[in-house]
Amino acid sequence: MNESLAKSVEIERHDIERIYRSLRQIRRAEEEIARVYPSDKIKSPVHLSIGQESVAVGVCDVLRPDDVVSPTYRGHAAYLAKGAPMRGLFAELYGKATGVAGGKGGSMHLIDMTHNVTGASAVVGTTIPIAVGFALTFKRMHNDRVAVAFFGDGATEEGVFAECLNFASLHKLPILFVCENNFYAIHTPITRRWATQRLCERIETYGIPAHCIEDGDVFKLRETAGGAIARLRRGEGPEFIECRSYRWLEHVGPNEDFDAGYRARSEQEPWLRNDQVVRVGALLPPDRRAAIDLEIEQEIEDAVAFAESSPFPEASALLTNVFAGQ
Amino acid sequence: MSSPGNNQRLLAYVDALREGLAQEMQRDPRVFVFGLDVDDHKAIQGSTRGLVEAFGPERVFGTPLSEDAMTGVAIGAAMAGMRPVHVHIRMDFLMLCMNQLINIAAKSRYMYDGQVKVPLVVRSMIGKSWGQGAQHSQGLHAMFMHVPGLKVVAPSNAFDAKGCLIHAIRDDNPVIFVEHRLLYFTDAYVPEEPFEVAFGKARICTRGDDITIVGISNMLVESLRAHELLLETGIHAEVIDPISLVPLDIDTIVQSAQRTRRLLVVDNAWTNCGASAEIVARVVEHASNGTPIQIKRMGYAPTTCPTTPVLEREFYPDPVKIAETAYAMARPGAAGWKPVAEAAELAYQAKFRGPF
Repeated sequence: MNESLAKSVEIERHDIERIYRSLRQIRRAEEEIARVYPSDKIKSPVHLSIGQESVAVGVCDVLRPDDVVSPTYRGHAAYLAKGAPMRGLFAELYGKATGVAGGKGGSMHLIDMTHNVTGASAVVGTTIPIAVGFALTFKRMHNDRVAVAFFGDGATEEGVFAECLNFASLHKLPILFVCENNFYAIHTPITRRWATQRLCERIETYGIPAHCIEDGDVFKLRETAGGAIARLRRGEGPEFIECRSYRWLEHVGPNEDFDAGYRARSEQEPWLRNDQVVRVGALLPPDRRAAIDLEIEQEIEDAVAFAESSPFPEASALLTNVFAGQ
Repeated sequence: MSSPGNNQRLLAYVDALREGLAQEMQRDPRVFVFGLDVDDHKAIQGSTRGLVEAFGPERVFGTPLSEDAMTGVAIGAAMAGMRPVHVHIRMDFLMLCMNQLINIAAKSRYMYDGQVKVPLVVRSMIGKSWGQGAQHSQGLHAMFMHVPGLKVVAPSNAFDAKGCLIHAIRDDNPVIFVEHRLLYFTDAYVPEEPFEVAFGKARICTRGDDITIVGISNMLVESLRAHELLLETGIHAEVIDPISLVPLDIDTIVQSAQRTRRLLVVDNAWTNCGASAEIVARVVEHASNGTPIQIKRMGYAPTTCPTTPVLEREFYPDPVKIAETAYAMARPGAAGWKPVAEAAELAYQAKFRGPF
């Protein structure tokens, strides 16, 4: 991406600032999580999106506040990209009462319905039909809201994914399926899981337009998602985007794992050179970028302090919200 | 059940289900009903008949054979503000829904700390006879009782079928609604107007001092027949219908069992880790006056349900077996007593001529 390409897809300066802010915010928040993690103050497994931020940012940037996104257990990025609060995220990771789920959900069950971020699940693929249920409701209510289901390449192997594609297409539901393909399900590569790599072709047999963004380019993804969302609002039925990306850290936890033997560091090199945080940041004047960076540092610092100083839940919270209306 | 009164008429269980559903759909536009074959000419044995004509295909629609996804869709719609009723013509098919029901529906209120609610009703029917066999006859309610966050209700008659269904639809939690195929034929006096049967309140169906019999789902009907058979021996059984299994009104059962000092729990399910095990355990835990209570459970034979009628008869409890068991508990050491088998045959069993 360079200035001329940015112009060719009609990216305005304020768009670039907003996209950079979101990318950088997620990157720095997760780096901070990784920094804090060895202190054991975070009592939650963390599946970090470092290196994959552009998927959540490119899609969420074209959504309205009343659109719904459904993140995965690797969901900090989608949560933040949709505008959900940094404080609630950190407090949740710390297990504090002020977390978005009162300390009952942790990193794998983030939610913020005030920003239309539906709850994440630790069971792969499980939230895809939940997002379809929101889309069904939007259609029934005859509004033009849309739902976005984020999921990984592993989830496309679950039967429920195929069931959802069929049902959403049959009923022309306003849902965007976004597959974040980082080539590994935990440690098992796609080559040992997929009979063929022709994912988009598979999706198209359901009558669903399928797009592939091969290089993680946030502007390309944003443009593709924007077109799909506009068609969804017109009632033209679901669409699918495969976003190839690469996980820089281990499946779960704050560290690299290139010494584990299941993947080579050389795989990461093209993605490092193509780091969207750096590339988009380079499009901004240095003083403007520095100002944004400073704001993000302050926001994260504030969120960490908030999490540290917040109380743990009272023991009585153990049995609240087992049922609604209790 | 209440006695016949104003605006009450004899109504079959199946018609009570349909009436309750239709009245709730009329009252609340957020209610919709879907599932395999809810809109075909058989209309889930009649329990959804006429609904698509009355409310249109947006609110009454059949689905692909995708129980896993459809359950998730129902949960998502419920979180988004709708009140779905998801129908399964056999309870066995709920095994295809378990991930969504257990990992999402039951837990969302809790793991998202109250940010969402899941007002979902999952209707499912237990089959019996005419060769339903291994995978069309299972009463699996105990599996759902095990997990916090789900309500489980098993109405045994038309009055409760309507009142419980209306209550389930208005409840803000996921409700596993357990129906029984043979009960569809049974009549009871049911008010015409909408009404609710609240969960967590058992009903004492017959008063007696000699033994407490708890009957679940259709086993309540069979226990009531056993009660009639026992009367000829002078044994008066107190027959209790728990109606809802989660929440469970254990107090009513404990009070009765402490008085009769004998408790027989008859479930339309296996006894191992079943609803009968839970009821017995809670009675033992809650009984407080030091009176020893003699306890017995009845349920499916500990094997898979066979299809041939000869073996199937052995598989299930029936009024004769229940009465014999109760007699042996209430008259220890007395000579054996066997009611006339023909007198114990239930009309609802005779009516069922299959295939489903």
